[in-house]
Parts: sequence; structure tokens; C-alpha cells
Amino acid sequence: MGTIAVERPVPGGVAEARRRRVAGSVALVLVLLAAVVVSLAVGARALTPAEVWRGLSAAPDPDQRLTEIRLIVRTVRVPRTVLAVVAGVALGVGGALIQGYTRNPIADTGLLGVNSGASFAVVLVIALFGFANPFQYVWFAFVGAAVAGVVVFGLASIGRGAGNPLTLALAGQGVTVFLAAMTTAVALSDKASLNALRFWNAGSVAGVGFDVIWPVVAFVAAGLVLALITLPALNLLNLGDDVARGLGVNIALSRTIGIAAVTLLAGAATAACGPIAFLGLMVAHLARYLTGPDYRWLVPYAGLLGAVVLLVCDIAGRLLVRPGELDAGVVVALLGAPFFAVLVWRGKFKSA
Amino acid sequence: MTGTEVKALAAVPPGVRLGPVSFVWRPWVVCVTLLLAAAAFLVFCASIGVGEFPIGLSRVIATVVGGGEQVDRFVIMDLRMPRALAGLVVGVALGISGAITQSVARNPLASPDILGITGGAGVVAVFLVTVSGGTAAAVVDSVGLSGAALAGGLGTGLLVYFLAWRRGIDGFRLILIGISVSAVTEAVTAWLLVTADIRDVARAQAWLVGSLDNRSWDDVGVALWCTLALTAVVTVVAFQFKPLHLGDDVAAGLGVRYTRVRAVLLLCAVLLAGVAVSAAGPVPFVALVAPQVAMRLAKCPTPPMAASGMVGALLLIGADLVARTALPISLPVGVVTAVIGGPFLIYLLVRANLR
Repeated sequence: MGTIAVERPVPGGVAEARRRRVAGSVALVLVLLAAVVVSLAVGARALTPAEVWRGLSAAPDPDQRLTEIRLIVRTVRVPRTVLAVVAGVALGVGGALIQGYTRNPIADTGLLGVNSGASFAVVLVIALFGFANPFQYVWFAFVGAAVAGVVVFGLASIGRGAGNPLTLALAGQGVTVFLAAMTTAVALSDKASLNALRFWNAGSVAGVGFDVIWPVVAFVAAGLVLALITLPALNLLNLGDDVARGLGVNIALSRTIGIAAVTLLAGAATAACGPIAFLGLMVAHLARYLTGPDYRWLVPYAGLLGAVVLLVCDIAGRLLVRPGELDAGVVVALLGAPFFAVLVWRGKFKSA
Repeated sequence: MTGTEVKALAAVPPGVRLGPVSFVWRPWVVCVTLLLAAAAFLVFCASIGVGEFPIGLSRVIATVVGGGEQVDRFVIMDLRMPRALAGLVVGVALGISGAITQSVARNPLASPDILGITGGAGVVAVFLVTVSGGTAAAVVDSVGLSGAALAGGLGTGLLVYFLAWRRGIDGFRLILIGISVSAVTEAVTAWLLVTADIRDVARAQAWLVGSLDNRSWDDVGVALWCTLALTAVVTVVAFQFKPLHLGDDVAAGLGVRYTRVRAVLLLCAVLLAGVAVSAAGPVPFVALVAPQVAMRLAKCPTPPMAASGMVGALLLIGADLVARTALPISLPVGVVTAVIGGPFLIYLLVRANLR
């Protein structure tokens, strides 16, 4: 497979490479901050950065206009921006981890059925229990994501075809088609879940309050901690199972932690935003291009890039079809699919 | 002649030559195909007979061949026949389309659902259903929803073909490009549903899962003639296609222009899938399952076209019958085929991996 490349010798040696990676991450953080400011300012009602600042500040002001600004900034723009950053980090890190653990360059949480598992679970509990608040069904989205993820990985890792990108993609697509039909069946027999489903299914970071965002943040944080724990082992695993075992890695434990991290990250992001495909795939490749194959750098880069890309896609969606809005998930797909096609076309990976 | 020579000759099926056409006579394949056709006809009659006003099999057959009472004629010919016929045509079209794509991609899992064709048709249909406006209404009136969906499927199929083209078509690349294009069509469809009026959404959603409800003779007629014409083309070209299983070089040596043959067949597969989607919506998994079942029944190394079509018809009409009668709430046929197709896909994946 094309992506597991030997680290190229860097001119200037290890210290130089390290300096460049630090500089790169600082630059990424700055880009992210800029995107956050733009995200707070841009929308159906454009605000200047000064207005945004006044909207955020707690200083009392009798001005009617400020109250309006404060309302827009605090109840619409801030939750939306926070969610885009959190979900972007989660999907980026999740994508990089999945690619690392499956050693499969086209692994992506969206393409592998994890999203459709979450969708199905959400629709099912809305139809069965009449949940209306995302806070209630966020838990079930996890269960759905986890079950679908385990099924797809289990299917793809049976026998000789294990690790073949095509097998994994097909298993994911098959499970997705199956679950999509089930989801539609439930939605058609229950009008409430049909209505919830269509908003949820487009993949959007808008319209969710902090009551949903806080649990998501908690899950994503837990996933990130697990991801950090597993990074050194992930580097060794990519030398091959035998080498890793020889170097003292508990392979089964490390895989379990890795898949748990991916499930927490993808499940939380999907529960809050709906399915967003291609984001993890895209940013993992970008991160690998920027940092090289060391997962201790690759994964944090992928997280930062994920936040930047999702935020930029959300902003672009607000601007592209004014006065309407294009959901972030749609913009990401429109950007990600050509990216994916180019990867395939350039023969970056072959059938095993 | 020694004993072993006779045995070796007997193992090779006898060839038949009729003018310019020559083929191998395989009694087993023909038998299986005929049996499947008979089974499909029986389920077809059962589907016409079963309903709120049940009609016995003998009366169904009598009415279909031209006789029958006035009441039976009305219920059968005006109400139930279009639906059953749509199931038959769509099943045959999906089965043959799947047999072609699986043969061309040399992968048992390649099917129009996965290659993005049904997704493309779905986007166009949902667009027309949900975006009410001057242009859309005019398009629906003039070409019909079915025709527009067909065009969408064809366009997406061609897009996938050209995106996957790189000094030839490789099955692996074709499938991956198909999956990515499918993902885009899904995203756009989801967005269209968000922006639509809730009343249109239910209609679009029901269409998206594949359904045979409320088919009229007009809907069936177009699909029927298109499928017949395309099947004729496939039958002619299929003779050229056989040698392709021996590899491109051998095929070229035998005088087959393999790029052209493959392109024509893929075009037919895309059109067949498009016709099916335009008539019944993107019914999932039939195109995937039917050729594989037919291949196992007929004991062929590659999916047999005619038998695949028959299995497709059997599967679709049978699934529609179950969806209509056996379930507590009436569901679209696509839900039933997904329930059958999902586990079958898993079985295929595991089998392919273990081999």
C-alpha cells in the first residue's frame, strides 16, 4: 500500500524536521483562530469583528442593536463554531487513527458505515421512544456507530482479504446501503423521525445548543486521551504486527484502544452533526503529506486540519447559496469526493 | 479411440453453429434458466392474485391469456398488472445490469448501487420532486420523472466511467470512483431533502428506497420497451464478451475489440439500471444478489445473463409480495430487498475473503 512510506531523510536532520513540524502546527493554530473569527462574523447577518467582540463581552449595554447582536453571536454563531471545531478535531483524529490501524489509505469513518449505524440508531429511538432532544439520542448514536464499525471491520478483516482497501470500502458501502434502507423504512412509518432524519442526515453543525455540545465535548476529550495513549504503539504497529510484537506491543490491547478511540470520536461527532464523510480521509492524507508517517505528529495535525477544513466548509456553505445555506456535510463531500477520486486515479493504492 | 479420449471429449459441451453465430450447448444452464422463468411466472401470477380481492391462480392465468370475467379483468388488467409487470421488468433489468457490471469489473460485489448509477438517478428525481418551480414542473410534464431519472443515472454512469478511465478500465478503480460519486449524490440528496417542503419529503423518501406503489400502464410501457431493446443489444454483444473472461490479450487474439465491447456492455448496464430506477426507484441489492444466485444455480464461472434476469424478476416480485402482504405495515419493496441483500452481501464478502 502506498502510504506506508519510509521516512525520507530530511535535509538538516531530525532537529530541523522537528522545528518545521512545530512551526507548522503553530501556523495551523493561527489559521484555525482566523477561521473561528470569520465563522463568528459571517452569516445571514454579517458582523464586523468589533461587533462580534462586543457581542461576546459581558459589559451591560442598553442599546437595542447590541442585544440583537449578542443574541446572534451567543445563541447561533458561538455554538455553531464550537461544534465545528470539536467535530472537526474528532473526525480528523478519527480518520488518521482508522487509517493507521487498518493500514488502509482509504479508510474513513463516513465511508465505513459508522455514520449510517449512528443514523439508524437515532431514527430508531426517535420512532420507538419519541425522543426530541439530541441530548437524549446522542447515546444511542454511539451504540449504532460502534456496532456498525465493529461489523464492518470484522467483515473486512476475516481471512486473506484482510487489509485490502477494496474489501473494507465494499463492506462499508454494503452495510451503509443496508442500514440506509432500514433507516428509511423506519422514517417512512413515523413522521417525527422522518423530519428529524432529514435535518440530521445532511451533516450540519448548525442548530445545536450547548446542552448537546457539552456531552459531545466530553466524549471527544475521552477519545482524544485514548488516542494519545495509543500513538506510540501505533507507530510500532505500522512496522508490521511481528515487529511490533517483538518490540513489546500488546497488539490486541492496542487495537482495542484504537477502535474505542475511533468509535468515541466518530460517534460523538456523528451524533451531534450527522454524517460527514470524506473529512477524516482528506485531512489524514494532508497531514501525512505535511508531517510524514510519524503518528505522534500526524494525528495532532489531522485534528487541527479537520477543525480548519470543517469550519471553512461551514463558512463556505453559508456564503455559497445565499440567502439559503449549504450544510457543511454537503460542502465537505463536494470537496472530498474529487480529492478521493484523484487519489484513486493516481494509483495511490492497488488491490492487494 | 481410447477410453480416456472419449471421456475428455464428453467433458467438453458440444458446440452449435448457426450461420455466423456459434455457441456452446449447456443443457444444465438452459434448464435452470427455464425453471427460473417458470418460477418467476408463477410468482408473477401469485402477485396478481393476492390482495384485498383474492383471485385464484387459474382465473389469473385465464384472464392474462385473454379470457376471464369482467370484474377479474378490471382488477387484474387495470390495477394489479401494471405493478406486477413493473416488478418483472425492473427485476430483469437489474439482474442483467448486475450480471454485466460484475463481469466487467471482475468483482462479485460490483453493482449499479455501488457504482453510483442509482444515486445519480435519485438526485435528479428528488430534485424534481422537491424543487417546485417553473422549469422543474415543465421538465416533469414533458419528459416525466422517469425519463429525467434515467438521464441522471446515465449521466452519473458516464461520469464514473470517464473518471475511472486511465489507459483502460480497471475494475478496482471503477468501484472506488463509483463509491466516491455515490457519496456525493447522497450528500446532495440529503441537502435537497433538508431544503424541501415536508410534504414533498415523504414522497421523495418513499421514492428513494424503491417502491412499486401506484404504477400505471404509462410507467410500465416505457420501461418495458427500453428493457426489451437493451436486452436485445446485450444478447448480440454478449457473444463477443465471452472471450473477455480469458483475459484481454487472449480476447484480442481471438479478434475481439475488447475496449469497445466492454464500453457497449457497460453502457447497456447503465441504461438498464437507469430504466429500473426510473420505474421503481433505487431498489437496493437486487442487481448485486441476482447474478450471484444465478451463477451458483447455473454452476457457471461468471454470472449468466438470462438466468440473472430471471432471478432478479423472481426476487423483486417475491419481495414486493412479501412487502405488500406479509408485514404488519405495508412497506416499499426496497426495504425487503435490503433485508435479503444485506446478509447476502456479508456472505459474499466473507466468501471472497476466505478464498
